[in-house]
Amino acid sequence: MKFKFKDKERARELVNLIEKEVPDRRVKIVHVCGTHEVSITENGIRSLLPDRIDIREGPGCPVCVTPTKDLDAAVKLAENGVTVTAFGDMLDVPGTEKSLKEVESEGADVRLVYSVSEAIEIAENTDNQVVFHSVGFETTTPMTAAVLSQNPPENFSILPSNKLIPPAMRSLLELPNNDIDGFIAPGHVSTIIGVEPYEPLVESYEVPVVVGGFEPLDVLYALELILKQISEADPRAENGYERGVDYEGNPRSQQLIDAVFRKADSTWRGVGEIPESGLGLKKKYKRWDATERFDVDPEAGEEVLPNCRCPEVITARATPDECDLFGEQCTPDSPYGPCMVGEEAMCNIWYRYGGRPKL
Amino acid sequence: MCLAIPGEVLSTEENLATVDVGGVEQEVRLDTLTENVDPGDYLLVHTGFAIQKLSQEEANETLEIFDELIETNKELEEEGEV
Repeated sequence: MKFKFKDKERARELVNLIEKEVPDRRVKIVHVCGTHEVSITENGIRSLLPDRIDIREGPGCPVCVTPTKDLDAAVKLAENGVTVTAFGDMLDVPGTEKSLKEVESEGADVRLVYSVSEAIEIAENTDNQVVFHSVGFETTTPMTAAVLSQNPPENFSILPSNKLIPPAMRSLLELPNNDIDGFIAPGHVSTIIGVEPYEPLVESYEVPVVVGGFEPLDVLYALELILKQISEADPRAENGYERGVDYEGNPRSQQLIDAVFRKADSTWRGVGEIPESGLGLKKKYKRWDATERFDVDPEAGEEVLPNCRCPEVITARATPDECDLFGEQCTPDSPYGPCMVGEEAMCNIWYRYGGRPKL
Repeated sequence: MCLAIPGEVLSTEENLATVDVGGVEQEVRLDTLTENVDPGDYLLVHTGFAIQKLSQEEANETLEIFDELIETNKELEEEGEV
């Protein structure tokens, strides 16, 4: 199944189509997914396309947009003797003073997990308090909701940093001079939420939104659908990833999210507060909220470090190579800003694969 | 972080499936999925949970859509040349 979606001949033909469809001006297309950025950069898709197609990543990496205050809360919990569990990339993100990895090297109990189920297992096998730093978009939230709805151990709780993608897309469209001509909507977020939540964006801003898959042909197909909508002046929410996304999404996962979480205003690192763009626990599940159980200082630290251009990268207004620190004072081994941390962060991906090479 | 990988279901037991993900057997929770799952089905797996049942049929249909699009384009090109 996989290799067919990397087929070179079909890719060449789709590029031909795109070349014909693209208007005679700069076209800025934004995706909001680290996995899309990996596929686009790793496969050199930018270099296949006419220069006037400018593909940018928006706030599509949960690691990059988790606010400092949440990172600091996780660090503080670990320093106070709580076992903190988190996805791998979250261990390296610098908070105000330290990252989880740094407090781990000082003796704190920090565990890397691949699934929230592993955090539950850890809690079942210790008397210590175990906190899972629940980070992620709609794709990842149903898993946290699933374990919370099944009576997790009393010594388990979560630090909720879950966020929603459509409000973040709206916030980009509200920025003055954003120049956005179309969105590739994230495939696996859409597996959960479906296509309908993008329709209000299309109505308000008359911008094409096409759900895209992650293989090279999927990405090219999504681009072709967006350009077609542009040339026909018929913006709409369209599904370009039907094998992975149903129009109505995944109802069971949606029910789990709705049962456990409620919408809340949320701070995105580098973007600021976006109304109703995050999720907090509903009253019934508040007892598993680490911010209620422990004294974690909710005060925000420095969201943006001096000279760091992550805020512009995250909002699709700058590319990584436009930042003076990129590749110099900021590298994957020694990240300065959050966009250099983790394999799905834009600066990190550009550092590894070379951004937009001229072939 | 939203990475999801397809895998083939080898067996199921209540809300758990053993899934072959790229040659590695993995336990996958099914309680985030609406549909029933049987051995032989393909699932999209994200952090140890199934988020979507995939069908080979839909994958083939997508390829057919690409081919039709390409074919139509070629026909239009040929017409243009004549």
